Amino acid sequence: MTGTPIRLEGCRKTFANGTVALHSLDLDIRPGETLAILGPSGCGKTTTLRLIAGLERPDSGRVLFGEQDVTALPIERRDVGMVFQNYALFPNLDVAGNIAYGLKIRGVAKARRQARCAELLELVGLKDLGRRSIHELSGGQRQRVALARALAPQPRVLLLDEPLAALDAQLRERLRSELDQLLRHLGITAVFVTHDQGEAMALGHRILVMEQGSMAQLASPQAIYQQPASAFVAGFVGNLNAFPVLERSPCGLKVMGGELPWSTGEFPDILYCRPEHLRVATGNGHLHGRLVAQFFQGAHSRLLVDIGAQQPVLVDCAEASLCQVGDAIALSASPRHLFQLPSFGEVRP
Amino acid sequence: MKRTPLFYGQLLFVLLVCAFMLVPVLMSLLAGLTRNYFQGVMASGMTLDWLNQVWTAYADTIWLSLRLAFACALCVTVIGVPAAYALVRMNNRFSRAFEELMVLPVAMPGLASALALLLTYGQLGGFRSSWLFILVGHVIFTLPFLVRPVMAVMQRQHLPILEEAAASLGAGPLRRFFSVVVPNSRAGILAGVLMVVTLSLGEFNLTWMLHTPMTKTLPVGLADSYASARLEVASAYTVIFLLLIVPLLIALQAVSNHLSRGDRR
Repeated sequence: MTGTPIRLEGCRKTFANGTVALHSLDLDIRPGETLAILGPSGCGKTTTLRLIAGLERPDSGRVLFGEQDVTALPIERRDVGMVFQNYALFPNLDVAGNIAYGLKIRGVAKARRQARCAELLELVGLKDLGRRSIHELSGGQRQRVALARALAPQPRVLLLDEPLAALDAQLRERLRSELDQLLRHLGITAVFVTHDQGEAMALGHRILVMEQGSMAQLASPQAIYQQPASAFVAGFVGNLNAFPVLERSPCGLKVMGGELPWSTGEFPDILYCRPEHLRVATGNGHLHGRLVAQFFQGAHSRLLVDIGAQQPVLVDCAEASLCQVGDAIALSASPRHLFQLPSFGEVRP
Repeated sequence: MKRTPLFYGQLLFVLLVCAFMLVPVLMSLLAGLTRNYFQGVMASGMTLDWLNQVWTAYADTIWLSLRLAFACALCVTVIGVPAAYALVRMNNRFSRAFEELMVLPVAMPGLASALALLLTYGQLGGFRSSWLFILVGHVIFTLPFLVRPVMAVMQRQHLPILEEAAASLGAGPLRRFFSVVVPNSRAGILAGVLMVVTLSLGEFNLTWMLHTPMTKTLPVGLADSYASARLEVASAYTVIFLLLIVPLLIALQAVSNHLSRGDRR
């Protein structure tokens, strides 16, 4: 199976109640790639997926699968496979009946249907469960059946709407890696919507971050994390500390609580730094504050340090600090981990 | 376990209520099997003659009632299931108003609906004198009893999402209706059919106005026999009615339970 490229050209969508779901979106999805659409609720990510699926029509713009313009085609004629958030399995059919549904619609002969069904049950690791009723399945099993059902008719494109959101944390982790292997194995073009940044980073070849109906950034997971295009993206993907700059000082920039090293000529309004790039200084640090709280999180500890700003500074350090809550604490940062961002949007600490 | 006086008081009350409701039925059954009701069972003894007499005189009303009930169930299903689906899908002020409107024939005295039908279609001779005229009345009267439970089930089943799933697998609108909507509403459809059959078999008001001497249903025949024959004959008629309807309803209920097992979970 080789993937089909998908292209959205100037797709715009406004709902009947006047809410603008999508401001003219242009998007190129490469053949065989897995694209994660990430964003907070109401950012237009589900609308984008439904436009690709054919469950919504754009007010203007075009949707192309390869060379074919599918804008006017309803979903049943687009040849897509879709995994729904709550799986939407047919309760009146058993597992095999669900998987074979798409093949039956296409008029595939019974013997071939059964063979394909067995093949898919094997693929998703539910070999002996073909005759089970949907009600007898666990959440993880339902998710796999939904995936097998979507893949059975060999669709051109696989679309997943929050495929793992309904599962508990441990199962989610396991199914995430299974899904990853499966998508790589099939080489099918896949688009999935999620509000979980970890899921987007783990599964997506590229991530589309959306904000209020527009594209905020489209890039690889690494680039999204390391070179976020805006404060919104940076804050949504991982945690971020923001330091409003007060004034220039001899060897850096003066901020609330101290001074940060900064050597380039530019004068940013706000400096940013990821929590894992701040260190607790043993001697003189760049920033001085008081430890407000300390959370042990297994692989690292998270410290909340009050430096006199509105929000406490977040610090992730590998070993538990010896400080007690209430102690004075010094933090240091390396210049290469401090960056500025083009947008002045509000940043979540 | 020690029973309190309250328990015995409640038990007595329940038994009294049961007796109050059941004794008339039993008396009627007994009357139908008594040789001469005015002399009493003891004096005159029991007989099956009255049953026999009813059967020879009114067998055709029984067949007509059964035919009507099943034809009515069929028509109501064919009209009611798509109607319920449309009402659930629309879900706006108009559809809610329509839903209320549909219940009107139930609230209205059957005589009034029958009169309206007679005024409108009474001149169509062939139609007026056929059993189909009564069927129309029954369909109008029983329609809400199917549409309501079907709508309730449809609203519970997340049908829009299931339909989207079916569409994503290539199913067009008609295919979705028959492969997703109908099977997942069957608990409601079966409950509705059961109700429609029951109501149609016992319907009197409308039917009495709409019937002709050649199209008498069981309840109309019953009224006829009360009015014109001995009390024992009418009671024997009741016996036959119960013999007919009780097994029928039990069978229908069993079928519906069997078919809708998967839907309740």
